[in-house]
Amino acid sequence: MMHGLRKWGMMTSVISEISALVGHVLSGGYTVQITVNVNGTAQTSDVEPRQLLVHYVRETLGLTGTNVGCDTSSCGACTLHVNGQSTKSCTMLAVQADGQSVTTIEGIAKGDELHPMQKAFMENHGLQCGYCTPGMVMAAIGILDENPKPTEDEVRVALEGNLCRCTGYHNIVKSILACANG
Amino acid sequence: MGYPVTDSEVLIGRRNGLIGDSVIRPDGVEKVRGEFRFASDLPMEGALWGATLRSLHPHARIKRLDVTPAWAIPGVEAIITAEDVPGKSTYGLIFADQPVFASDVVRYVGEPIAAVAADHPETCRKALAAIVVEYELLEPLTDPERAVDGSHPPIHPDGNVIRHQRVLCGDSSATGPVVVEGSYEMGMQDQAFLGLEAALALPDPGGAGVELHVATQAMHEDLHQIAACLGLPEDKVRLVLAGVGGAFGGREDLSLQVHTCLLALRTGRPVRVHYGREESFLGHIHRHPATIWMRHHATSDGRIVKIEARFLLDGGAYASTSSAVLVNAVTHAQGPYVCHNAVVDGWSVRTNNPPCGAMRGFGVVQACFAHEGQMDKLAAACGLSPVEVRLRNAMRTGDRLITGQVIENVAPVERCIRETDALPLPDEPIGGYGDDPMRLPGGAGLTADRSHIRRGIGWGVAIKNMMYSEGFDDYSTARCVLEDGVATLKFATAEVGQGFVTIAQQIARTLLGVDEVRLDRIDTTIGSAGSTSASRQTWMSGGAVDMACRRVRERLFEHVGQLWATDPIRLVIEGDCVVDTVDPARRISVSDATSGVRLAETAEYHHPPTEPLDENGQGACHTAFAFVAHRAVVDVDPQLGLVKVVQIATAQDIGVALNPLSVIGQLEGGIAQGLGLAVMEEIVMQDGRIRNPSFTDYLLPTFLDMPAVLASLIEEPDPRAPLGAKGVGEPPCISVTPAIVAAIRDAIGKDLHRVPVRPQDICL
Repeated sequence: MMHGLRKWGMMTSVISEISALVGHVLSGGYTVQITVNVNGTAQTSDVEPRQLLVHYVRETLGLTGTNVGCDTSSCGACTLHVNGQSTKSCTMLAVQADGQSVTTIEGIAKGDELHPMQKAFMENHGLQCGYCTPGMVMAAIGILDENPKPTEDEVRVALEGNLCRCTGYHNIVKSILACANG
Repeated sequence: MGYPVTDSEVLIGRRNGLIGDSVIRPDGVEKVRGEFRFASDLPMEGALWGATLRSLHPHARIKRLDVTPAWAIPGVEAIITAEDVPGKSTYGLIFADQPVFASDVVRYVGEPIAAVAADHPETCRKALAAIVVEYELLEPLTDPERAVDGSHPPIHPDGNVIRHQRVLCGDSSATGPVVVEGSYEMGMQDQAFLGLEAALALPDPGGAGVELHVATQAMHEDLHQIAACLGLPEDKVRLVLAGVGGAFGGREDLSLQVHTCLLALRTGRPVRVHYGREESFLGHIHRHPATIWMRHHATSDGRIVKIEARFLLDGGAYASTSSAVLVNAVTHAQGPYVCHNAVVDGWSVRTNNPPCGAMRGFGVVQACFAHEGQMDKLAAACGLSPVEVRLRNAMRTGDRLITGQVIENVAPVERCIRETDALPLPDEPIGGYGDDPMRLPGGAGLTADRSHIRRGIGWGVAIKNMMYSEGFDDYSTARCVLEDGVATLKFATAEVGQGFVTIAQQIARTLLGVDEVRLDRIDTTIGSAGSTSASRQTWMSGGAVDMACRRVRERLFEHVGQLWATDPIRLVIEGDCVVDTVDPARRISVSDATSGVRLAETAEYHHPPTEPLDENGQGACHTAFAFVAHRAVVDVDPQLGLVKVVQIATAQDIGVALNPLSVIGQLEGGIAQGLGLAVMEEIVMQDGRIRNPSFTDYLLPTFLDMPAVLASLIEEPDPRAPLGAKGVGEPPCISVTPAIVAAIRDAIGKDLHRVPVRPQDICL
């Protein structure tokens, strides 16, 4: 009984919060304060609740290495890590990252020393124009975190959601396998 | 940061090598670190945002255009329409027939009508929504045949035919015992570069000029058109190349350039414009859809006697490069085969479809799809294999094209075919290894039945012109400065991802004996490099860098000759030293020799002149040619209409591999785009509207679609090329498409005459 009442209470408070939120959003200018650990540094910002994580990273924080290629979550150019999981940052709201840890392409090198995956992409010509590269590198690191010695087929399946228009993909696969075996 | 190089690039530059080495990209560090500034990444405090109002209709008269409601929105700083274009109201690469903003009539869905600048993209959106446009709908011309037959009234003052060109050669009545005929159709392909259109314009004080940072393929082509529309002298408009996220022809025409500059000049503030993906589909030109008819006459042993062909290219609403695309199509109708008699007719026409222009392959993609379909029909009619019929007809250096032009380039067509044929076929069994459903046509989700799958093998061979044609002098300019053992190169060559920046450093390192080659900013403060298109930059801008570096080397030898009181003719570069060939013990490092000395030279490289075509399509109109062969292996489920491309084998005539790693990258990338055209990529048009302007509905090849690639690089240095090297960008995407379609035909025994091949084309 108590449990049920508590649930109901929570629901009414959620509903009133949502209606308040809708009202604020419709009148414009409503922002929420979030704190996100980005590349090891806590960042506190006021963001609109509707802001996508990718726009928060690019525009609020000025980390433009994370790219936008499609607007429809098809291309993977905006892939980054949320709590270590590779994530298309156009599929999350910035407010959902509140209290979480985000790593972008800018956060993986140690000073001048490139992350081994960055080095592998460069050395294996895993990029041409480079627009897909940050998303590819972040997604590739995510693959190896889960599966340190993937087969070529496993790499291809895991990266199906990241598009590249320049390379024909082979050198990207080579880069990732080189990193895994390096 | 883009270019110029940073310290990290210079470090990489030290490690890397000379011409012929697989040197890694000088921009690689920035690109993998996410520090490379693409056009969408340029930092600018206080910049306004710009956005474009576009036509909702393929053909309509603008009855009323009222922007006043948009002024009521707080944050709006400028609203501009056709009335606000101070200079020329139209632009275009060949004919200036495209309005900066439509004023009286709109001719395609997405045509710009107005632009706004405001404090935030959201304000821009509200402002665009507030602008009132009343249209009187007109009948759209969407069937290109109606543009040719004259049954639709002109939709533009220049008429509905952009260009008609015929090629008549030899005896038009010639025939042979074997006659094969076919009709072919190609859908509209998108360049689909991943980096969306973006620009940042910075106005000079008082509006005297403007600096535009933009992702483009052609700095000076842009400059000429922008300055004319702005009504400014060309020296008051400066372009700086921002990082370019791929191009493939789609950035050859203007899109947002003039709008962005106008908004900046109007507001006196920096303005940035970024397109989203849907707007990108509306905002840039596409590959021409084509219908092609061909009839080949041949001897009974399969030698071509005559070709007849008719090309119809849908140029869409404005001319763009349609006339040049048409010339490429009709002059490549014979393919890489000897043919003495030809009757070819072609039209590029105006319709109310989206404008079409340059895309990798530029007219030759369309021609090759048809002539390769014909070669397979000819092989079947003569009882020959696809390889044998192509070998029997393969052209060589010295052969004459149907335009009368003699092929003066290295032309290893036979070798391309034989080396491709010698590459091993896949050991992957039909339907893939084991029970992995991911290896089936359609992957795990589309449930192809393993027992139904059939394998096919198909061929495609291509000839592709390089550089511009018909008398156009598309020269390139480069400056080399050698000082304190460091070379610095300056050019306006648009680096779009192809890797010219790498090649340029390799050339300078090789010629000058220096390790460190800096790249100056790519902008219009130096002469034109022409466009990054037509497989031309390695040849043209490579030629200019080569020439500038050679001149600097002569100056270096003169300088050292004076130091040593020696005839400079005795001096050579060995390693990083200048050495006296008569007394090899006498040597000085380039670094020491240039300590405190500045040697600077600027060079313009011009290719040999070409001729316009006459009314019968005769004339040496092209500069040079490259050749390529592709063999495709596919698995097909004929009941579900699903295709998996298993393997592509290719041999390409590249002259010299200046950077083998980079060459392979171009081959594989081109093959992916040709595969896309073969089996998935099409802008679907209905009544003048794009029905799939997104990457959810316009399908691009993924990691799983890309087949194994076996490549043989054919290195026969071309004496006409400044570095012996031919351009390698376009050939890979040309004959791979017909090879894949031929393989599908081979698998299912059905005549397929349209790309992309859709499931219903296979199974119905």
